[in-house]
Parts: sequence; structure tokens; C-alpha cells
Amino acid sequence: MSNTTSVLYDHPGPRARVRNAVLTVVFGLALLALLWWVYRKFDAAGQWSGNLWKPFAESETWTGFILPGLLATLQAAAAGMVFSLAFGVIFAVGRLSEHRWISIPAGAVVEFFRAVPLLLMIFFIFYAVPFLIQAPVSGFWAVVIGLTLYNGSVLAEAFRAGIRAVPRGQSEAAYAIGMRKTLVMRHILVPQAARSMLPVIVSQLVVLLKDTALGYIVAYPELLQRGVNDLSANYGNVVAAAIVAAVIYIIINSLLTMLANWLDRRSRTRGGRAPKVADTPQPPVPQGAGEGAVVGT
Amino acid sequence: MDVFGDPRNVDATVSGFVWILKLTGASAVLALVLGVILAAMRVSPIPVLRLFGAGWVNIFRNTPLTLIIFFCYFGLYSTFGLSFSDDLPLNTYWLGVIGLSTYTAAFVCEAIRSGINTVPAGQAEAARAIGLTFAQTLRIVVLPQAGRAVVAPLGSILIALCKNSTIVGTIGLMESSSVMKDLINSYGNAGVLIFAVFAGAFALLLIPTGYFFGWLANRLAVKR
Repeated sequence: MSNTTSVLYDHPGPRARVRNAVLTVVFGLALLALLWWVYRKFDAAGQWSGNLWKPFAESETWTGFILPGLLATLQAAAAGMVFSLAFGVIFAVGRLSEHRWISIPAGAVVEFFRAVPLLLMIFFIFYAVPFLIQAPVSGFWAVVIGLTLYNGSVLAEAFRAGIRAVPRGQSEAAYAIGMRKTLVMRHILVPQAARSMLPVIVSQLVVLLKDTALGYIVAYPELLQRGVNDLSANYGNVVAAAIVAAVIYIIINSLLTMLANWLDRRSRTRGGRAPKVADTPQPPVPQGAGEGAVVGT
Repeated sequence: MDVFGDPRNVDATVSGFVWILKLTGASAVLALVLGVILAAMRVSPIPVLRLFGAGWVNIFRNTPLTLIIFFCYFGLYSTFGLSFSDDLPLNTYWLGVIGLSTYTAAFVCEAIRSGINTVPAGQAEAARAIGLTFAQTLRIVVLPQAGRAVVAPLGSILIALCKNSTIVGTIGLMESSSVMKDLINSYGNAGVLIFAVFAGAFALLLIPTGYFFGWLANRLAVKR
């Protein structure tokens, strides 16, 4: 990441340093002016007035609106994550199947749900499915099923790319020791694919968490519905409530991203790349003398 | 059966998709311009600009688009009085474009930055060696190569943008998802047909777009 960034410009000499300092001051002032302008706009619209922000200092706002909303968001996100990971693995494996009657429908499902906007699916599940099954569908299930179909399809493509990127020797070795196709997939290919695609998977889970905010449209009482819509209906502080909700979302998603980076680093250092050990040049040992020769052969 | 026999419903459906295309088009252009500027800021030698770019990306990438669009309407328009047009749908449209492009620019910026990282260091070093400045290096040498490397990710971002533009319906623009909801509410027993038409239209538009960008990315890839 930073290695290209640092070669894009020379180590600054005296003139460049002066120029950078001047530009820093100029852009710094411009940024401050921008912040000042935003501040003035807030002021002009009366958005700094205490009674708009005071609700956030009262416990009732948190226990009555924000925390229940946050809990509902996390519930929908957790259910959506579990189901879409399962959906993703099943359809990735299905699409890689050697039987065309499995792989073609699986591919069609994945392509279709990747191309259809999530909102369309949620509306369909919430408004049209009740006519079909003669029973109401709750906002929770409309959101979770919608999220599962969409994010599951995206994850299926990620898993598929990951499975195809596993070196062929891995599955060949597994077949050679007598594993069947299902076992190879379950024990050899999917775990390695999941590990190598971890960054993609987590960024999709962040997308999923953000998309739970669509629950607001089908009156599922999640964070945007409770913490922004309902709260501001009571206190008339839309802007303040939206900013607080945005900060909560940003914190949760940043934590998820940090977790992903940590997992990624951990799996790298903990011998996650076991096959590479054999590739690293062994210290010159006499043939058949050291352990290196055993690994090499 | 008679849902799409009624010309009013057909008109509403068509105008819904026209709004989607308009939202996508305007936001794509704005997001691309903004994203390139942000990416340039994030790799620039000036810390304030790097901070600004990083702040933008971290804030808008981690906030739900629904919340951003919500804020554009209830914050920018209702509270701060930002208005583009006296025509209500047109005003909502531009507010939606602002929200969509603000959000999408963060993703464009990250895609281009990762593209910049695929350009071998020797390219930038050579550019510096012949005396190009930072701006020249970026504009003449690095960005053209980075741009070719990020065709596929930019394609996915464009497709996501097109789908995301349905979210502008939540602030009252009659784009296709809102039209679909109304049609289902009036013709409940034809729900599957209505969904098939709307979802099919998106699939017909977006699946080929995806393959087109895959083809284009292959064609433009820098052979190394």
C-alpha cells in the first residue's frame, strides 16, 4: 500500500518542503473554512440549540430508542450474516458442481439475485409474498430474507473465486489419499477459500450490516427507524439524531473491519500458508541428512 | 393479468426506470470525478489532503446509504433549506444524486487507490527520474495505468450504484421500486408477475453490463 505512495514523490528537498508547508497551510485553512461554514449553516438553522442535543444526555433516549434500535439492527444483521454465509457456500459449491442440472440453476440464481436491487426484493417479500402464502411476513423476515438472497449471492461468487484459486495440488493430494468429492470440498477447498477470501467476505458483511437500514422502509424497528425517525418525531432533531446514528454505524463497521484485518494477520502468521513452507529455499543440507530433505521430497 | 394492460401502469413503470437511469448517469459522473480527486488527495504529499480523503472514505463508506439519502432530504433540504428546483420530483432527484455520489465516491476512491498500488514502483520512479512533478507523474504515468487496472471494480461499483439508486425512492421519488410497491398494493394477486417484470428488467440491464465490464477489463488490462 504505502510503498507506491512513497515513490510517487521524491523525498522533499528544501524547496519542496517549503512548498508542502505552504500548501498544508492553504489547504488546512480551506478545510477550517469549510468546517466554519458548516458550523455557521448549523447555527443559522438553529441546529446547535441545546434542546435538540439534550435528549442524547438523557438515559431514556438511549433505553427507549437508540439501544432497542441498535439491538434490532444487530439481530437482523447477525441472522442475515449466518444465512448468507450458508447460502454463499451452498451456491458456490453448487455452481462448481460437475452435474449441469445443479450448476446451471445455481448459477442462474446467483446471477439473478446479484442483479436485482435489494429494495425490490424486500418490497416483494413484504408486500407480495403475504398474498401467496396467505399470512403476513414480518419486517424482520423481509429484511433478513432479502439480505440473505442478495449478500448470499455476492458471497457465493467470492467463495467460488476463492475455491478456484486454491492450488490444484491441494485437491489432487486429497483425492490421492482417498477422499471423496464432498470431503475434498468440505475439508480442503472451502476452508482455504474462506481464509483467502476473508477480506472480501468481511467487507460484504459490512455491506450487509449497512443494508439492514433498509428495514426502515418496511417498518422494522432498527436503528434508523427508532434512533432517527421515531426519535426525531418526538424531539424534532432530525439532523442531530442522524449524526448520532451515523457515528454508531461508523463505529460498528470500523470494528468489523478491524476484526477482519486482525484475523487476516493472525491467519498469515499462524502457519495459515502451510504449503509455502516446502517452497521456501531450504538451507543447504547434505542429501538425506536433515529434515529439510524429507520435506523437499 | 391486466396490470400491464393499463397504459397508466405502463407509463409509471417506464418513468420509474427512466428515473433510475437518470440517477445512475448523473451520480456515476459526479462520483467518478469526486472519487479520482479523493484518490489523488489520498496519495498526495500533503498530510491535510490525505486526512481529508481518508476521513471522507471512512465516514461515507461506513454509513448506510439509506441514512445518507435520508439526511440529504431531511437534513440538507428540510433543515438547511438546500433546494435545486421548485419542481418537487426534480428537487428530490438532485438531493438523491448528491447522496448517491457522495457515497459512491468513497468506493471509487478506494478502487482507484488500489489501482494505483498495482502500478509497479518502477513506473513512478522512472517518471520522477525524468523530472516529472507529483501531479505530472500521477496524471501522465500512474493514473492511466491504474485506470485500466480498475475497470472491473469500477464496473461493479457502477452496477451497485444503479441498484442503489432505488433507495432514492425512500425520500419520495417515484422510481421503479416505489412504482413496484404501489402496483403490488393495487394488484396483490399479480405480485409475482409485477416482481418478475421489474426484477427481470434490472437483470436484463445489469447482467450484460457485468459481462461487458469483464470483457472490457480483459481487453484493457496492461500486459506485464
